[in-house]
Order: sequence, then C-alpha cells, then structure tokens
Amino acid sequence: MEVVNATDQKKEAFLGALDAAFQQPLASAKGALLNASRETLRTQPAPTTRTEAWKYTRTTRIINQAWSHAVPTVDADAFAVNDLDAWRLVFVNGVFQAEQSTWPEAEGLTVKPLRVALEAGEVEGFGEKSNTPDEWFENLNMAYASDGVFIHLGKNKQIEKPIYILHITAGEQSAAFNRHFFHVAQGAQLNVIQHSVADADAEGFYSVVTEGAVDANASLHIDKVQNEAGKVFQHAVEWVHQDRDSKFDIRTVTLRGHWVRNNLNIAVNGENCSTRLYGTYMPIEKEHLDNHTMVDHRVPHCESDEVYKGIVNDKATGVFNGKVFVRQDAQKTNAFQQNANIILTDDAQMYSKPELEIYADDVKCSHGSTTGQFDEEAVFYLRARGLSEQSARELLVYAFVSEIIEAIGNDALRNYCLEGLTKRSRG
Amino acid sequence: MLKIKNLHASVEGNEILRGLNLEVKPGEVHAIMGPNGSGKSTLASVLAGNEDYEVTEGAVDFEGKDLLDLGTEDRAREGLFLAFQYPVEIPGVSNINFLRAALNEIRKYHGEEPYSASEFLKRVKEKSALVELDGKLANRSVNEGFSGGEKKRNEIFQMAMLEPKLAILDETDSGLDIDALKVVAQGVNAMRSPNRSFVVITHYQRLLDYIVPDVVHVLYKGRIVKSGPKELALELEAKGYDWIKEEVTA
Ligand SMILES: Nc1ncnc2c1ncn2[C@@H]1O[C@H](COP(=O)(O)OP(=O)(O)OP(=O)(O)O)[C@@H](O)[C@H]1O
Ligand SMILES: [Mg+2]
Repeated sequence: MEVVNATDQKKEAFLGALDAAFQQPLASAKGALLNASRETLRTQPAPTTRTEAWKYTRTTRIINQAWSHAVPTVDADAFAVNDLDAWRLVFVNGVFQAEQSTWPEAEGLTVKPLRVALEAGEVEGFGEKSNTPDEWFENLNMAYASDGVFIHLGKNKQIEKPIYILHITAGEQSAAFNRHFFHVAQGAQLNVIQHSVADADAEGFYSVVTEGAVDANASLHIDKVQNEAGKVFQHAVEWVHQDRDSKFDIRTVTLRGHWVRNNLNIAVNGENCSTRLYGTYMPIEKEHLDNHTMVDHRVPHCESDEVYKGIVNDKATGVFNGKVFVRQDAQKTNAFQQNANIILTDDAQMYSKPELEIYADDVKCSHGSTTGQFDEEAVFYLRARGLSEQSARELLVYAFVSEIIEAIGNDALRNYCLEGLTKRSRG
Repeated sequence: MLKIKNLHASVEGNEILRGLNLEVKPGEVHAIMGPNGSGKSTLASVLAGNEDYEVTEGAVDFEGKDLLDLGTEDRAREGLFLAFQYPVEIPGVSNINFLRAALNEIRKYHGEEPYSASEFLKRVKEKSALVELDGKLANRSVNEGFSGGEKKRNEIFQMAMLEPKLAILDETDSGLDIDALKVVAQGVNAMRSPNRSFVVITHYQRLLDYIVPDVVHVLYKGRIVKSGPKELALELEAKGYDWIKEEVTA
C-alpha cells in the first residue's frame, strides 16, 4: 500500500533531489551499508519536533528544500586559521581539494581521502561506529557522503603537527556531505582540528559524521570550531568508541551558525578511560545552536567531565541536552556535567536539559544547569572605573566563556577563537 | 569640586536621600559618619550613577559639570572614583586587563594616546607597591576569592592607578586590622594634593587618626544634620548618635 501525504511527498522530493545530485556516494564501496541507509530513509519518517531528541530543533527547513550540488572555486587561505602550523585538508561543499591540501606520509600512519582508502579496502569497521538505527540524519549522511578524511595512526605513533580539516560551504542551495574515520591504535596520540566556515552569502546544508576508534592507552583530541556566516544548516555527528585506558577530549566552539545541530556520542567500552567534552556557543540574531551529547559509561573506573557554556543574545535559541548513562556494570564511575547559560534579551531562548541515567550504585555523578542574566552589579562596577557599557559587557561575556576558549592548547587556534568571540560580543 | 544641592533620591519608591547639601572644595577631606541605613552608601551610589537609585530632586555640580547628566563611565572619566563598600567579585576578568582597558578608555576620552605596555606595567608596579598589594592579586580575577582586606586594598590600588580628582571611600576601613588600615591610609595620604579631594565614609573614628579630615559630617535620615571639625568624630564615637537624633527631632 502506498501512503502519500504532504510530509512524505516533501521527503521524497528532498531525497530525489539528493539522489540526482550525489550519484556516487562514498559508501558505494560498501553496497550493503548504502542500501540499508537508503532503505531507512525511505521507510522511516524524518524527525520532527514531535521526536523527543528534536523537540526544539526544526528540520523542516532542511527537508522542505530541493538541494543541489556544485563545487565553486574557493581560496581556502581566505578562510583558514592564520599562522596555524598543521597538515591541512580542505573540502569545498564536501569535495576534497587536493591542490589546496597537504598531508603527512610516514611509516605507520595514513592520512588520505576516505574515498581512496575505502576503495583500497583499507578501512576496518567503516560504518560500524555510528548509525544508531533510529538516527535518520546519520543514514542520510551515509547515503550521500561524497568524501572525508581517513586517518590511521599505528601503534605508539604520533604526528608532530595537528591534522586540520577545513570545510567551506560556498554558493547557493548546495548540500554537502562529509564522513571522516579516525583510528588511533594502541598507545598512539592524535590531534585533530575540524573547522567549518562559510561566506556571508553562502546558502547550504552541510552534514558531517565522524567515526572514531580510540584503542587501548591511546588518545584522541578534537578541537571543533564552527564559524559559518550566511545561511548554512549544519548537522555534525561524532561517534567515538574508547577502549581501555584511553583518553578522548573534544572542544566544540560554535562562533557562529544559522542552524547548527551537534550530536556527540561517546561509547566508553574499556576501563580506566577519561572523556572530556567542552563546548561554548554564542548565538545572536535568529541563530539556532543545538548541542546534544551522550556519554555511555558501560564499564567501571572511568571518568567523564563535561562543561558547556552559552550566551544567547537577540532572538537566538540555544539548546543543550546532555545524556550520561552509567550502566549497571559501570561501578566507580566519576561523571560530572555542567551547562551554564547567560540570556541577554527577553526574546532569547535557552533549552537546557541534563539527563543522567544511573544504574550502578557506587558512583560519583553530578550535574548542574544554570541559566541567568548578566551580573548588572559587575557591569556597574566596571563602568564606575571608566569602561563604556559596551566594553564592560564584552569583558563579562568574554569572561564567562573564556574558560572554554582559553584552554585551547594551540595558540593560533585560540587566537582565532578569541577574535571570533570579540566580534560576536560586538553583535 | 563638588556641590550637592537639595538632593533627593529614592530606591524602589522609598525616599532615602531627603534634601542633602554638601560642598567639597579642592584639596579637602570630608568624613561622613552616621547610623546604619542613614543613606551613606546611597549617596555614594547616586554620585557614581547607579541607575537603581532615582534622583527626584536637586542638583550636583562636579567641576562645573552637571554630574547627574553624565553616565557612570563619564563620571569616572571626569575624575570621580568610588571605592565600594562591597566590591563585587568578577570571575574571569583579570584585574590588570580590565584596568588597562579602563585607563586607556579614560585617556581616549581626554584625547590622549593609550599607554604602552611597558608604561602601564611600570605604573602597576609602582601603585601596587604603594598599597602593598601582592603582585599576584593584581593578575587574578577581580576580587575573586580575595579576603575582605584584600578587596579593600584592591579598591585603593585601583584608585591609585586611576588618579581621580574626587575619591569617595565607602567604609574602606571596615573590617581591616590596624596594619592594613595604615596601608590604606598611607595610600590615600600619598595621593592627597591641593587638586584632589576625598569623601571618606566611615563608622570609626580610628580611620580619622590616620586620614585627618577637614570636616566631619553626620548623615541621618537622608540629610546632613551636623557638621564640625575633626573632633566631632571623637564626640560621636564617645556618645553615639542618640544626642544627634534628639537634636534633629527637637
Ligand atoms: N538597592 C536597594 N534596594 C532597596 N533598598 C535599599 C537599596 N539600597 C539601599 N536601600 C535602603 O536604603 C537605606 C539606606 O541604605 P544605605 O546602604 O545607603 O545606608 P548606609 O548609611 O550606607 O548604611 P551602612 O552604614 O549600614 O552601610 C536602607 O534602609 C536600605 O535598606
Ligand atoms: Mg553603607
């Protein structure tokens, strides 16, 4: 029986346009995965605000458009972080730009386009780290992703410079899909910067999924900086699996974005792991920035630390949903979570929901969520010393989120973020 | 320097200042004493431009300018300084960074070039030595985790950095031990000059042994009800305020 209603029709038109635009997805090399995701997209409805995980974030503005795909010529230097000493892999609308990229070649480490690696059969466990069956948007990414970065760091290896992945959304009405796969073998250490940008006149939809495997005693550090001008819808997903004694840190700095949804999922599979999630967002105007995180403590003796701080201005909306699962076996877990927000106007909105689900009894867990206004007494104090009201507010905004940004280890990246923050507080 | 005429001010509909008059000439030090809740801090807040307080009547002239017409920051830039009774803690804002920004905005207001980094640091060194402020405190977040005495010292340090024309010290001596009190007084005395005036709000005559005032005023129920020489402070400390209250109601 064929069910045809307006919603399904829109979804079909959306998928039909993508089918036409992306005829050779990355996952072609993995036929079964590709077919399964296509099947899911057709049979499952796209999430709506009636779906709990999407309650505050509308997807209709993405689904109701017929996206195309084009790759304009873009000079990456105009967007890249200044003075950053890193290996740089550039993508424009999801497509790898080899001539604007550099990557290391050495024994025991592989950094290359994921398409090339997949076709050569080098990627073990592709698609296995992600794709919860109910995540429609992850299936969307699997079905259409054109390329991404594959990193494999061999046992005890380290790359002397960070791997810097720059994605530029450009042009009008273009969809873009990236998929990255990082595998850090035992005792190795990997440092990645994921930076997404767009021009002020860009309009697009960018979907990116990162799969990460952090083996025993290894460490993966990701700095994710989102700074898209224009009208870009970004959906970013990380799926990271941690083996015993491993470390995973991720810092998400959303300097700007028309519509951003981040889904961070960490499966802590081995004992004695450390997991750190830090984030900050500062939406203005009518921007919509949504951070969903999930840490799944499955085994004993692990710790996780999560701090997200936001400043919501004008008519903007912020969403934070932080799930922490502590399974029955995960005794001696130490899990800490904090979300603090400042709301600057009556029209600004912040939806904050910490969700701790604890099934073990011998654990230390805490969470807190605070949403407040500016400390007007502090504003007065600073003005009484001669600072203009604007400078005083800027200083306080900076102070509130600086904890997250100041801790960025890379000088060039930290300066880039601080500059973005200053621009932001000027409106 | 400062001329306050018939000042009335309310907060949340309650009239706190009820026709206050006060004149401070260049180089003078005035002490204001008075029972709790009489309106001393309210006066300081109104002069600094705190918008929680509504001025309903009266005028304030500061160096020929209509003070009430200026925003808080412009009052500071014109040379008014308030050392707060309860300095706020501002986590994440470094003392030094904010002072540099403040000083440079003040200089810009007067059409002067910003300080170079080395000029600024030299000044920080000099002034923090003056109030014996631990160098580490200067670099920390504004007042965060400071002891009561450190907060007060930090206020005086900021005053020394900003070199105002008129400084209002609201109970800067409360809660200080004698050594700390001496340091604060020494900071103030080092800054006394024929062109700089001080209004010192205090409950304790002890401070006035170190910072010798030209005039002592009693503020009661929103008005200056008595003024006299420095000996008035001794008398107030010995006899309390009841006799003044009686005089006023008589
Ligand atoms: N922001 C405010 N909101 C409400 N009432 C206030 C406020 N500020 C002051 N008041 C009231 O105004 C009156 C005067 O207060 P003020 O702080 O000026 O007194 P004070 O003379 O400085 O007292 P103290 O010696 O205790 O410091 C008090 O009754 C106080 O409760
Ligand atoms: Mg007071």
